[in-house]
Amino acid sequence: MNFDTQRAARLALIGLAAASLAACASRPKPEPVAPQQPAPVAQPAEPAKPYTPPPAPAQPIGPIPGSAQDFVVNIGERIYFDTDEYVVRADAQPLLAGQAQWLNRYPSVKVRIEGNADERGTREYNLALGARRANAVRDFLVAQGVAAARIETLSYGKERPIDAGTTEEAWAKNRNARTALTDGAR
Amino acid sequence: MMSPKGNVMRLKVLMLMAVALLGGVALAGPAAAQIEVDINAGAVKPLPIAVPAFSGSGRGAEIAQVITGNLERSGLFQPLNVSSVSDKLPDVNVQPRFPDWQATGAQALINGQVTVGPDGGLRVDFRLWDVFSQQQLLGLQFSSTPDNWRRVAHKISDAVYERLTGEKGYFDTRVAFVAESGPKLARIKRLAIMDQDGANPQFLTDGSYIVMTPRFSATSQELTYMALRPTGSSIYLLNLETSRQETVGRFPGMVFAPRFSPDGSKVAFSVEKGGNSDIYVLDLRSRQSTRITTDPSIDTSPSFSPDGSKIVFNSDRGGQAQLYVMNADGSGVRRISYGGGRYTTPVWSPRGDFIAFTKQTGGQFHIGVMRTDGSDERLLTTSYLDEGPTWAPNGRVLMYFREGSGGTPRLWTVDITGRILRPAAYQGAASDPAWSPLLD
Repeated sequence: MNFDTQRAARLALIGLAAASLAACASRPKPEPVAPQQPAPVAQPAEPAKPYTPPPAPAQPIGPIPGSAQDFVVNIGERIYFDTDEYVVRADAQPLLAGQAQWLNRYPSVKVRIEGNADERGTREYNLALGARRANAVRDFLVAQGVAAARIETLSYGKERPIDAGTTEEAWAKNRNARTALTDGAR
Repeated sequence: MMSPKGNVMRLKVLMLMAVALLGGVALAGPAAAQIEVDINAGAVKPLPIAVPAFSGSGRGAEIAQVITGNLERSGLFQPLNVSSVSDKLPDVNVQPRFPDWQATGAQALINGQVTVGPDGGLRVDFRLWDVFSQQQLLGLQFSSTPDNWRRVAHKISDAVYERLTGEKGYFDTRVAFVAESGPKLARIKRLAIMDQDGANPQFLTDGSYIVMTPRFSATSQELTYMALRPTGSSIYLLNLETSRQETVGRFPGMVFAPRFSPDGSKVAFSVEKGGNSDIYVLDLRSRQSTRITTDPSIDTSPSFSPDGSKIVFNSDRGGQAQLYVMNADGSGVRRISYGGGRYTTPVWSPRGDFIAFTKQTGGQFHIGVMRTDGSDERLLTTSYLDEGPTWAPNGRVLMYFREGSGGTPRLWTVDITGRILRPAAYQGAASDPAWSPLLD
């Protein structure tokens, strides 16, 4: 089976950008959560740092502020979840808070939250699990002031993995919610 | 939508008991115990059977090959290579030379004859013989159009299977599935349908959107399945005869996991709202949808009991996915699975005696069966990923898909004893099989 290396490389870059940003924030341990509440809205572990547009690019070409590339590179589009869980982890909250600030700064942008699951579940169950994850992110953004009307949610279940591997490391990447800009970005 | 044209025309297969010609054939001999195959023992030793090419005009060899393939794949029969047998069986009404067949080790013999009438119609006569008692066990005649020769071969296979096992056959059936292509990170999924032996595969969608979980109606004339696009999910009803397709309801969230009621009057499915998935039932006559679960947990994969009175589904209301049975109106919910691990995709057997499921435990996936009260749980398979069982109409064989760590899913079958486990005839990348009822 062919492996789409170009796509994989691109995704790896995006993953790196997200990871490095997350690494800047403090990473408290995930708190135990009650699993039976629908789409709980977790509070940010710390006040989100104000979003500052990217400084004048040191390199000739950089993301245009307010563009999808700005969002992906400087904010990060994906957060990751624990196995069979949908509560926003504490270590993912700074990134989502950054998303909310970015979206509040560019109010014409609309988003679709895509919930994803690893392949260690059945298709139908994972569609439901992905929907929980997408809604958990949605609720977080709404609590941070993003208008609900700007957000739609979708679950891809396990149909859209970003890592083709069959290790825990690959599964961890595939348990995510992606905030995709659908309209209004520069 | 691509048209499944020509694909599901109703068959005019006439089945007639062939009696008159064979009145005196059975030899007067010792009333030897007739051969029989005990399907529920999982056929520790398959029955040796000879299926020489049918005589007469055209397709005789192909018909015998299709029958041979069906019987072999069931795991209950061991078709023998009998090309060297000198008895050429020129006329189906002439008794075989039994010593020739006894010498092959065959215990049963199928011989047949193909004739094409002046009107172009196809007529296939066949006999099933007990080689050692020298008795005829079955004699039937099928009439059809020549292009239906495969279905005639499947009907003969079903008749032989039923005569020798006492269980209904499942060969004159079709399988809907998801045909997969492309790398794991950009997989293309197309709705497809084929004969149960992998013949006549046809694509019903073009792969421009994800499809999942096709399921047949009781008449085999309709499929319900789920489509997933960036704009949202849909559940469709597709009429295979007319290619007409309609959407089941409009809901703001995800809709998925559709399955017909046994009488075809309803579809049960899951609707997600605000992250919570519940089970709904749509009455296809009144077009009214009723929500029948309200728990703030994942409730999905509903499957009706054969009488339509109950629904089995999976829910994580107890902490992780387990199986529950409720009345078809949502009342009387009770948990039936209590083992360790996660239980999903329950499917009620068309015979009503078992529920098949997918189970995850110890880092592996299994296909298993249990009684409808949850007792007698048995795991039939183990692999990195086994998922989505579907019952053969006789309730004794399951098809499911297995995906190795290479990422390519394939269709497999297993009998309810777990002893007869093998790849299905279709060798392409495929998932989410749905086995049709026996065709008319």
